[in-house]
Amino acid sequence: MIFTPLISKPDSVSAIMLKVLLALLPGIAMYVWYFGPAILVSITLASITALSTEALMLKLRRRPIAPFLKDNSALLTAWLLALSIPPLAPWWLVVVGTAFAIAIAKQLYGGLGNNPFNPAMVGYAVLIISFPMQMTHWLAPQGLVLTELSFTQQLDYIFQGVLPHSVTLDALTMATPLDTLKTHLHLDESVQQILNMTIYGQIGGHGSEMAAWGFLFGGLYLLAARIISWHIPVAYLGTLFVIAGIFHLVDPTHYVAPLFHWFSGAAILGAFFILTDPVSSPTTNKGRLIFAAGAAFLTYMIRTFGGFPDGVAFATLLMNISVPLIVLYTQPKVFGKKDKS
Amino acid sequence: MRKLNHFHGGIHPPSNKTQSTQVAIAHAPLPSKLIVPFHQHAGEIAKPVVQVGDHVLKGQLIGMPDGFVSSAVHAPTSGTITAIDLQLIAHPSGLPNLCATLIPDGKDEWVERKAVDYRDHSQPELQQLLRMNGVVGLGGAAFPSDVKLRIGKQKIKTLILNGAECEPYITCDDMLMRERANEIVQGAQMLRFMLDADEVLYGVEDNKPEAIAALQQAIKESNLNHDVVAIPTVYPGGSAKQLIRVLTGLEVPSGKLPTDIGVQCFNVATAYSVCRALAHGEPLLSRIITITGNVRRAQNFEALIGTPIDYLVALGEALSDTDGYIMGGPMMGIPLPSVHVPVVKATNCIIATSAKLFPQPQPSMPCIRCTRCVEACPADLQPQDLYWFAQSKEFGKAQKFSLFDCIECGACSYVCPSHIPLVQYYRFAKSEIRAREHDKQLADQARVRHEFREHRFEREKQEKADKLAAREAAAQAAKLASTQPLTPQQLAEQADLEARREHIREVAQSSVENTAVENTTERTGN
Repeated sequence: MIFTPLISKPDSVSAIMLKVLLALLPGIAMYVWYFGPAILVSITLASITALSTEALMLKLRRRPIAPFLKDNSALLTAWLLALSIPPLAPWWLVVVGTAFAIAIAKQLYGGLGNNPFNPAMVGYAVLIISFPMQMTHWLAPQGLVLTELSFTQQLDYIFQGVLPHSVTLDALTMATPLDTLKTHLHLDESVQQILNMTIYGQIGGHGSEMAAWGFLFGGLYLLAARIISWHIPVAYLGTLFVIAGIFHLVDPTHYVAPLFHWFSGAAILGAFFILTDPVSSPTTNKGRLIFAAGAAFLTYMIRTFGGFPDGVAFATLLMNISVPLIVLYTQPKVFGKKDKS
Repeated sequence: MRKLNHFHGGIHPPSNKTQSTQVAIAHAPLPSKLIVPFHQHAGEIAKPVVQVGDHVLKGQLIGMPDGFVSSAVHAPTSGTITAIDLQLIAHPSGLPNLCATLIPDGKDEWVERKAVDYRDHSQPELQQLLRMNGVVGLGGAAFPSDVKLRIGKQKIKTLILNGAECEPYITCDDMLMRERANEIVQGAQMLRFMLDADEVLYGVEDNKPEAIAALQQAIKESNLNHDVVAIPTVYPGGSAKQLIRVLTGLEVPSGKLPTDIGVQCFNVATAYSVCRALAHGEPLLSRIITITGNVRRAQNFEALIGTPIDYLVALGEALSDTDGYIMGGPMMGIPLPSVHVPVVKATNCIIATSAKLFPQPQPSMPCIRCTRCVEACPADLQPQDLYWFAQSKEFGKAQKFSLFDCIECGACSYVCPSHIPLVQYYRFAKSEIRAREHDKQLADQARVRHEFREHRFEREKQEKADKLAAREAAAQAAKLASTQPLTPQQLAEQADLEARREHIREVAQSSVENTAVENTTERTGN
């Protein structure tokens, strides 16, 4: 039986996901430039884990394997998670996080299209709660610390946990710019003093702000290619800017400037790549605005007053829960039902 | 310049129209056999008024309209009726329907035609003329035009002539406007007269500049005050509600008709047949059909109603790898169950399909809620939610999310990156809901009947009791009366009554016994 319409636009889920993966490349390139190639190892590891977990789960669920492996959605989860984990993390950290994201957060809910939560953020949440130590050892940008590992030495550490003689992990790694800011604010230092530290760059963290520029560039491509709509990134970054701006205006010594919030942590990545995941975000435009504004509010609160270094993941997950409710109350008016009468 | 409005969504599929507009409309030669269905219009089937063996003339009535929404059917040429029976027609169900088979005599001899000047007739008379001339909407729905002109007390402000023709491949209206604009404009003027409309607008998509120019020229020559509006080429811009929105800015309220907001819409080809019917006395006997797709000669043909479609596609010379045919466009058309079906009034286009031209759809993936369908939906629906509800058979929710405002245009399916046949799901949900509502109606009727029956039993019981009480009261009175001795006559009557009662008892007794005996014999007989 043939169905009408007989014609369709040449597009596919895998093409969409592929475009999102491509849009991540500028940010990843910046990452490699400033922090070295270790991130590529995490991405590869996460990709392999994601695809094999997906295949295994599909087999257990007796679903066709090939079409779902080719849809690129597992790869996207893997890449987003890998970008949220310290690059110099032991191999099993990436593997556990990715496997959990795919097996529990995606496949157990019914696979592609059925997960209420963003799988990558579930993976991140599991790791930061279960392995907080490993999750704080972020690689320092190249040129900022005295000791630096060669790529092979990094591989030795990732896969065997072996560091060269007389080198400690603390000498190689540091907390994230956001985390450092929070710690030093607790020590009663002013924002201005803290931002003079070498790990800070022009707007955010040295190096990481450049990666954020890369992700912003990729995100603009997604907008231009109409893969995502403007609602979520604009509402997220806009709300974050306004809230951070108000606090900053009131007390600039204790509350950092809004642009710092944009270019630190996962704000840009979240605005364009994580919150915009179609499966776990609202389908109505008004709903998207509410969803993203809520996520921005939570991000700021967690960053400023909470215990975790960044708030994007938890903000995303908390807003994911509210999606059905948001969608229900933001239904647009149907053609012919627009008049109040 | 008229300020145009927009409707939400819409798509821009490749139009594929130029293939069939290269040459003028050709007259399809007379086939050796015509199969004329009696049900070519929306509403009730026409009643056959000819017999097998009758010789009929071109334009002779063979099917009488039967019912308020119905239309006449005529012999498309002169010849002999050789059969009136069930034949396969172009309906998605694939079920046969009542048709007359006509073998033409080749003379093409007309019945007497009576042209009228519409200005001399009342609106009901003109409506009746259109009904008896079999004029129905030629845009696809084949709704009897006279019914659309019966507007009661409603005031029509705008008459819209729909020449949008937004579906890809179809060019029959385009070619008709290019070649016969004058008669379209005359027909539109007649429709305007019948509706007493203030303004006449032609909505034509801006990818048909020749048609727009031809209409403008015809209007100028006729010195009429009509307005041709070039509307943006967006599918489904030719859908009545969307076209009304673009031209007038008004939205037909959900569940209402265009006339409720003072607008009425007719297809340009319908206006053409109105003109032929009134000004020339010619019933609707033929129409323009686009033959296109996987054919060597894509072209428009004027073909008689009843022409077998295989005959038409042979004229277009379908290529050898043709694997099927669609009636209508690629967005909303129906796959033909067979090419041995006749052309009907609603047939606007036949597309020959091949695997190369229309590749098999890719296997469906799960919905990822990307909302490309929302962006494309011209009815502002949430197609992904409706799909979800249809799939999980949550029909109540589907209805609450305005399933019945879906016009089944297929724009959602067209843009779906997961290649989900969304429209099929909506049709399924709609038919399920309709079936359930029908069942519920039947159940309600049965319940009402049952309740009435109970009520009747109760009432009869009460009546019996009342009668009994009355009789007892009478007996009591009689007893009182019997203290006086009975007259011999009364005694005789009493005895007679007793005897009759005894007889009745005996008859009853014996009949009971007889039945018992019969039952036993029956049982033993078994």
